[in-house]
Amino acid sequence: MHIDHTTMEKIIKERSTQVHTIGTSAHDLDCEKKSLAGSVSQRACVFCGSRVVLYPIADALHLIHGPIGCAAYTWDIRGALSSGPQLHRLSFSTDLRERDVIFGGEPKLYTALTELIEAYKPKAAFVYSTCIVGIIGDDVDAICRRVSAEQNLDILPVMSEGFKGTKKDGYKAACDALAKLVGTDNEFQAPPFSINILGDFNLAGELWMLKEYYEKIGVNIITCLTGDGRIDEIRQAHKASLNVVQCSGSMMHLANEMKEKYGIPSIKVSYFGIEDMADALYEVARFFKNDEMLQQARDLVSEEIKTLLPALAPFKEKLQGKKAAIYVGGAFKAISLVKALRLIGMETVMVGSQTGNKDDYNLLKKLCNEGTIIVDDSNPNELSEFVKEKGVDLFIGGVKERPIAYKLGIGFCDHNHERKEALAGFEGMLNFANEVYASVTSPVWKFFKR
Amino acid sequence: MLLRHTTDKIKERKALTVNPAKTCQPIGAMYAALGVHGCLPHSHGSQGCCSYHRSALTRHYKEPVMAATSSFTEGSSVFGGQSNLLQSITNIFTIYEPEIIAVHSTCLSETIGDDLGQIVGKAQDDGLIPEGKHVIQAATPSYVGSHVTGYANMLESIVKYFARKSDKLKKQINILAGWVEPSDMRELKRILKLMKIKNVLLPDTSDVLDAPMTGKYEMYPKGGTTIPEITSMGDSLFTIGLGEWATRNAAIMLDNQCKVKFDIEDLPIGLQATDRFIQTLSKAGSVSVPESINDERGRLVDVITDMHQYFYGKRVALWGDPDQLIPLVEFLVSIDMKPVYIVSGTPGKEFGKRMEKILEERVPEAKYKNGANADMLLMHQWIKDNPVDLLIGNTYGKYIARDEDIPFVRMGFPIMDRIGHSYFSTIGYMGSIRILEKILSVLMDKEDATCLEESFELVM
Repeated sequence: MHIDHTTMEKIIKERSTQVHTIGTSAHDLDCEKKSLAGSVSQRACVFCGSRVVLYPIADALHLIHGPIGCAAYTWDIRGALSSGPQLHRLSFSTDLRERDVIFGGEPKLYTALTELIEAYKPKAAFVYSTCIVGIIGDDVDAICRRVSAEQNLDILPVMSEGFKGTKKDGYKAACDALAKLVGTDNEFQAPPFSINILGDFNLAGELWMLKEYYEKIGVNIITCLTGDGRIDEIRQAHKASLNVVQCSGSMMHLANEMKEKYGIPSIKVSYFGIEDMADALYEVARFFKNDEMLQQARDLVSEEIKTLLPALAPFKEKLQGKKAAIYVGGAFKAISLVKALRLIGMETVMVGSQTGNKDDYNLLKKLCNEGTIIVDDSNPNELSEFVKEKGVDLFIGGVKERPIAYKLGIGFCDHNHERKEALAGFEGMLNFANEVYASVTSPVWKFFKR
Repeated sequence: MLLRHTTDKIKERKALTVNPAKTCQPIGAMYAALGVHGCLPHSHGSQGCCSYHRSALTRHYKEPVMAATSSFTEGSSVFGGQSNLLQSITNIFTIYEPEIIAVHSTCLSETIGDDLGQIVGKAQDDGLIPEGKHVIQAATPSYVGSHVTGYANMLESIVKYFARKSDKLKKQINILAGWVEPSDMRELKRILKLMKIKNVLLPDTSDVLDAPMTGKYEMYPKGGTTIPEITSMGDSLFTIGLGEWATRNAAIMLDNQCKVKFDIEDLPIGLQATDRFIQTLSKAGSVSVPESINDERGRLVDVITDMHQYFYGKRVALWGDPDQLIPLVEFLVSIDMKPVYIVSGTPGKEFGKRMEKILEERVPEAKYKNGANADMLLMHQWIKDNPVDLLIGNTYGKYIARDEDIPFVRMGFPIMDRIGHSYFSTIGYMGSIRILEKILSVLMDKEDATCLEESFELVM
């Protein structure tokens, strides 16, 4: 380990294998471990994983079966935009009370679900199990089946009890629920060159940009899972020829299942940064073995780059040599971010994630320079030590990391739920550069001593 | 229309909560514990709870919020969380070095029957708690009460653990703060200083959740009530609890444990509640009210006088926590506004009784509800049925404000889309002036933006 002594002391001993310095660490990075009890982990739970994945489906009901908190904390926090219905932005809860915990929550779930469906006439409903539902033994499945039969509506239980694993297991529970919907509309005839976009959540309208790119090169999108999602489109997803998967952590499970069940192949892409965005278009064109499409993709990319590169140049000049730290949910996103930062002249000196896997981290090891710290399931103490040690100018993370970065006097870019500008695609790259520049070079950093 | 799915038809709901006007206990316990110096809150449950509470508090305060978690697994939910908590205590004292760990439970750990008291006792017996360090605990099942209950329970535990009666009475009084902002804690201290009353304020989140920018990250900022201060509360002359819901338990605990008599007052929001607070202070501290405080009162009354024509008859809808809503509604009635709809997700029979008393004479048409199904959907349906001129409540009212085009003053928890609450108090006479300023600003902004050109006025 190449970290100085005091930093070393601050790292919990058991966690030392989850920190790796490229070039000097002898061990491989350990990941996909449970968090240490007593750590100030930045991670969330199974329910959180399911909720964020399914949340953007805008014409479905999302009923949270449990005490009020789980519903209150996930009420409209995702910034996942809908072009139509806004049902997903409401917060529905069975608000379980002591009585229900003792006598069981099934009657309440039944009544709430029935009341909800009658009031809102949704296209389908997701019912999320929270921690205590598993413990008190409510048969959520049975209630869903019963109401489903009575109301003639798909009601999908999401088995997302918080303690049953990590956020990743929540992604899987969400995928399991989605898999039940996929393939339920066989009437639909897909146009040629049809794909599904998996793992984009239309934060700040990013999906709409991607759709435009794909449509321009002659690709049809059947559905996006789950950004700006609609139940009826998801039913038709099995008619696509290809699944294009971003944010592999959340959606790879569904892609694999669709491959098995419907023979639909999938490719992993990222839409952040010029290289990855261009590849996401080329890969699809190559998959369809269509020269015209590939040419259109090339034309689109060169057209976009023609304006984008000169627009990025002034940012790059100002940001050259600045250092960045990245700590995000999934490591796959971190890979794109490292590349995108390079495009604007910045070097990544620390990179980590809550739920990365071995493949992701190995890729990061190859991609980053020697001396870069790679970290899995970190905590505020570690993060702040690394950042101080490396003399970082920019931190990329989510809601819990922002105030820590600011307190350390470091610029910040939210690459999570609270992004305000689209960061994907070519347009997004420029937004990203602009946001990074604004924060790194803000005059506020001169008002105090770092 | 963001809430296009909401109709004005009010249908009786038995089991469903839509857009809650409350959240769960543990976040309150976390907030209260942050008001003790050197204290690290600890969530005994799944990781998600801790993460959600930290995120929610961070969104409100724009500050780092530190808390640890027992990180429950499937195994802990079967075999109990004891080993997780014991390991947590060891790890936390080794790595994060707090003075105090304040453990609160969650729905999960409560339901599987973990006994926090017993586990902490075992930690003590096993020598896991270093000399001079402390672990306190509060049961905060998420399916009982609301976030306010969690605050009250943790406050009670803090007092129970630390407050001691020695044989020497201290010439000081205890102020148990209800769930208010760091700015309000600061204002309370200012008022007490003006009154020349020695006191201990608990909890005190000023200088914790409004910490200045220094270029350093402090895991334990300089603020927070200290252990010796809390210990000395047992020797105080008197306790004033500010807010029935948030402070009564702790006040009773102090009385039972250390024989310190108490009085529960409303949070000093508005003219009358502040009058009562100042009187109680004056009596408890055996001091006369200084001219400076009387002047502040005079300024508040002066503002009300100057602007009373703008308040008259305006219909207001409010939501939030009972301890805030009661004095706030009383204040609005006192300035001739009409608080017609009031909703709180926090249960408690006292709410209805107090509201009735405050409203029956001047606003008999008012509708109010708390507890089950008292949520933002109900409030919205009331508004659709018969509109209001003004909304006062937390950020979750912004959908209604936009859809119905109603001026909106943000007060309460959480406020995730505006700043100011951390820095400008809304309690005491000065804080009440700020409330009036905010109300008038949004009402007049709307008037300016929507009135006919010919009636557009320069002077208001």
